[in-house]
Amino acid sequence: MKLHELSAHRLHKLIKNREVSVEEIVISLFQRIEKVEEKVKAFLFLYKKEALEEARKWDKRISQGEDIGPLSGIPIAIKDNICLDKKETTCASRILKEFYPPYAATAIERLKKAGVIFIGKTNMDEFAMGSSTENSAFQITRNPWNLETIPGGSSGGSAVAVASGEVPLALGSDTGGSIRQPAALCGVVGLKPTYGRVSRYGLVAFASSLDQIGPVTKTVRDSANLLQVISGKDEFDSTSLDYSVPDYSESLISELKGIRIGLPKEYFIPGIEEEVKKKILTATKVLQDLGARVEEVSLPHTEYAVATYYLVATAEASSNLARYDGVGYGYRTKEKTNLIDMYKKSRQQGFGDEVKRRIMLGTYVLSKGYYENYYGKAQRVRTLIKEDLDKVFQDFDAVITPTSPTVAFKVGEKIDDPLKMYLSDIFTISANLAGIPGISILCGFNKDNLPIGLQILGKAFDEETVLRIAYAYEQNTEWHKRRAEI
Amino acid sequence: MNYEVSIGLEVHVELLTKSKLFCGCSTRFGASPNSQTCPVCLGLPGVLPVINKKAVEYTLSTALALNCKASNFSRFARKNYYYPDLPKNYQISQYEEPLARQGYLEFELEGKLRKVEIERVHLEEDAGKLIHGEATENIEEKDMSFVDYNRTGIPLMEIVTFPVISSPEEAYQYLVNLKKIPKYLKVSDCNMEEGSLRCDANISLAPKGEKRGTKAELKNMNSFKEIREGLTSEIKRQSHLLDKGKRIIQETRLWDNKKKKTYPMRSKEWAHDYRYFPEPDLLPLEIEEKWIEELKAKLPELPQTRCQRFIREYSLPPYDAGVLTDSKELADYFEECLKSFPQPKQVSNWIMGEFLRLLKEENITVEEVKVSPTQLGKLLKYLKKGTISGKLAKVIFEEMFKTGRKAKEIIKLQGLKQITNEKSLRKVIDEVLEQTPQAVSDFKKGKGKALGYLVGEVMKKTKGKANPGLVNKLLKEKLSIL
Repeated sequence: MKLHELSAHRLHKLIKNREVSVEEIVISLFQRIEKVEEKVKAFLFLYKKEALEEARKWDKRISQGEDIGPLSGIPIAIKDNICLDKKETTCASRILKEFYPPYAATAIERLKKAGVIFIGKTNMDEFAMGSSTENSAFQITRNPWNLETIPGGSSGGSAVAVASGEVPLALGSDTGGSIRQPAALCGVVGLKPTYGRVSRYGLVAFASSLDQIGPVTKTVRDSANLLQVISGKDEFDSTSLDYSVPDYSESLISELKGIRIGLPKEYFIPGIEEEVKKKILTATKVLQDLGARVEEVSLPHTEYAVATYYLVATAEASSNLARYDGVGYGYRTKEKTNLIDMYKKSRQQGFGDEVKRRIMLGTYVLSKGYYENYYGKAQRVRTLIKEDLDKVFQDFDAVITPTSPTVAFKVGEKIDDPLKMYLSDIFTISANLAGIPGISILCGFNKDNLPIGLQILGKAFDEETVLRIAYAYEQNTEWHKRRAEI
Repeated sequence: MNYEVSIGLEVHVELLTKSKLFCGCSTRFGASPNSQTCPVCLGLPGVLPVINKKAVEYTLSTALALNCKASNFSRFARKNYYYPDLPKNYQISQYEEPLARQGYLEFELEGKLRKVEIERVHLEEDAGKLIHGEATENIEEKDMSFVDYNRTGIPLMEIVTFPVISSPEEAYQYLVNLKKIPKYLKVSDCNMEEGSLRCDANISLAPKGEKRGTKAELKNMNSFKEIREGLTSEIKRQSHLLDKGKRIIQETRLWDNKKKKTYPMRSKEWAHDYRYFPEPDLLPLEIEEKWIEELKAKLPELPQTRCQRFIREYSLPPYDAGVLTDSKELADYFEECLKSFPQPKQVSNWIMGEFLRLLKEENITVEEVKVSPTQLGKLLKYLKKGTISGKLAKVIFEEMFKTGRKAKEIIKLQGLKQITNEKSLRKVIDEVLEQTPQAVSDFKKGKGKALGYLVGEVMKKTKGKANPGLVNKLLKEKLSIL
């Protein structure tokens, strides 16, 4: 196998055994990027010079006998809504073009300590609003399994960068499925941690009560290792919780004796592709063979999840995105006008359609006379959805579902039909509303060789079980070894 | 017609925490523009607020002093509106779950005890300050506006009354008495000039016995006096309209202090629907009863109680007690002074007279005064013993006030001790009588005035150091035998 095809864990071993230098890895990845990036367009920014410098520094330290951790010298890509200090952070929006944050996200600070090498920032749906990465103001990212199709979103750039062998690791963010759905559509591993597990400080907010940073990787082990580093209480994020962070590598056991898994009947609805359904049911059998007990369960409020999500998320977004007004930073209209017009024109010209749509919806939802019926009610339904899951988790350790009802669809296919697009997240949204962890792993391909994702949801702060099931499945199947040919 | 007036007041008090409400930036007043800012108070993308516990404590203490019920569960909310001094375009404030509710403030109004009910006390962040180009010298900046974010994020405590205040004078007295509380607790300096206390009012009129009328909100009043004037002017305006059978429009009006009247704010542009919703970046505050009890126990004696005690315990006139308890520092000074000179009325006279006069002249606070209360007590002892005259005492006190030197030192150094030695005084009297034969003969002719003149001359000769009573006595003796 070539270097760019290896997992972070394999690269770590090679570095540790001095079979390969960090510089060689970084050079090989940039060669890969040069070869495929034009086709997939995963990156908005690349830091080749700095990455090579960092690599040489690591090689020097290693040659001096310094002990290295699992992520030392490992290249990573970062979704462009996570602040890397003094690096342009645009959220794929014109309104933040040329915004250079003077600070780094807490997750980034922790990665720096772990010794990663930043390769670049990845494309996304503007402000993480979308399920196809087509809402980027700058470019369209393509799915490496079929360049005619979308990679999913909003962390499409991160999923594609990993799936195309441009990087072994990436960070994404997940508000309603933005890590898991593109991971499923690109055939990689995407993990959304429990709300409060990873600090949101430095993650540009879309919907504060739902957003969470998480790993996009080739393997479950890499996901566990990356989660290990970015997890934990942060004094700069009051919503990050002070739960002790377990050693996730200890959860990587390749059997499932005693594990009870629920299969919610509400997730096998009309509209789900037959091949997706089939593959999930096949995966179920694999899990049973590994010792898990799988039973049908009910999550009766599932059908309200999308509606609830689009009220809660847009309400918060309308307020979070109010700060992009042309006053202090970011895009300001060039037209000379008065204050109100400056606000209006800067936002008109700076935001894309989908963002505007959601700001309007969210503003409406919070307005006098509508708040109770929309935002208030949505919060109550959110509680019901959470209670559904709590109830199931009394008897089950995890719930498995398809990650997405469909495989990757054609570029442009749903861009003019927002409602259809919103349904892409129908299976991932509940985890955000309930604040629980979820992972998507590859569980097969359809007849057109497009990946299908299996979602595993767990109890709050029980990433261990989610990782264990994912790992056991991965270790006993061959899917994860396939690589997209570009 | 005579109308019943309902006034509600909303007072914003800037808290004296060292750092801002949601970040570590300094709250110092007067620093150069934007020097006290960070990504959090500038509202840059991706940053998050973290609550300042001290600000919560200060707010709770004030609320408890105002007899409020502190909430065990409290939450912040976002108040959404666009303005260039508000970098996030929402203010983190409180809405449905304030830190405290249902209190009252008692004070005296025209000899009667009044009780104004307080609806809520909550905590929020301040906005920045706009500086408009017209105010600058630089011609190129004339049509620009600038924002200073130093004030952005400074903790503000909001104290809201029910609309139960029935006159501008009552509103005025409420404010005077309310202001003392945060100052007593040392949680705010309540300085209106520096903007650390601001007040908006709402006011409605209704014929006696009828239900409350439509209210107008009043803003832009920059002193308690302006608030009283603004409310008075608004009562006039509204009753004039009602007399003519017209309706009051619900609106926000601004006080114009030059023209001494209110005028409506351009309402359309700023007609706000604040779209409040719970702040998702902060966890709700769960406040333990134990903490509330601790804060309650730590409250100092409050101005109203202390004033009553001064009247009772020291037999002071209510006016004196009121002045002395105006600030905690002054009241402490007074009581400390009593320890070395236990004559309340005399101490009170001195503090209310010379002490406050010099304080004002030097423009300093009680805490900055160089004379210790014990030293003032000692000075008053000298005065009582007759070591110095009343007039001299004032001169000495001024010297003490300015230099911080002890009374004893000044008296000794400048030879200011009163001359009570009869022998030396007789000598001076003899000299005076010799030099002023006219006055002596006038006295003989029965002109009483002449005695005063002669006393004055003796005082002059002794540079005021002679004991005037003694001079009087000795002069009379001498004149009678001449």
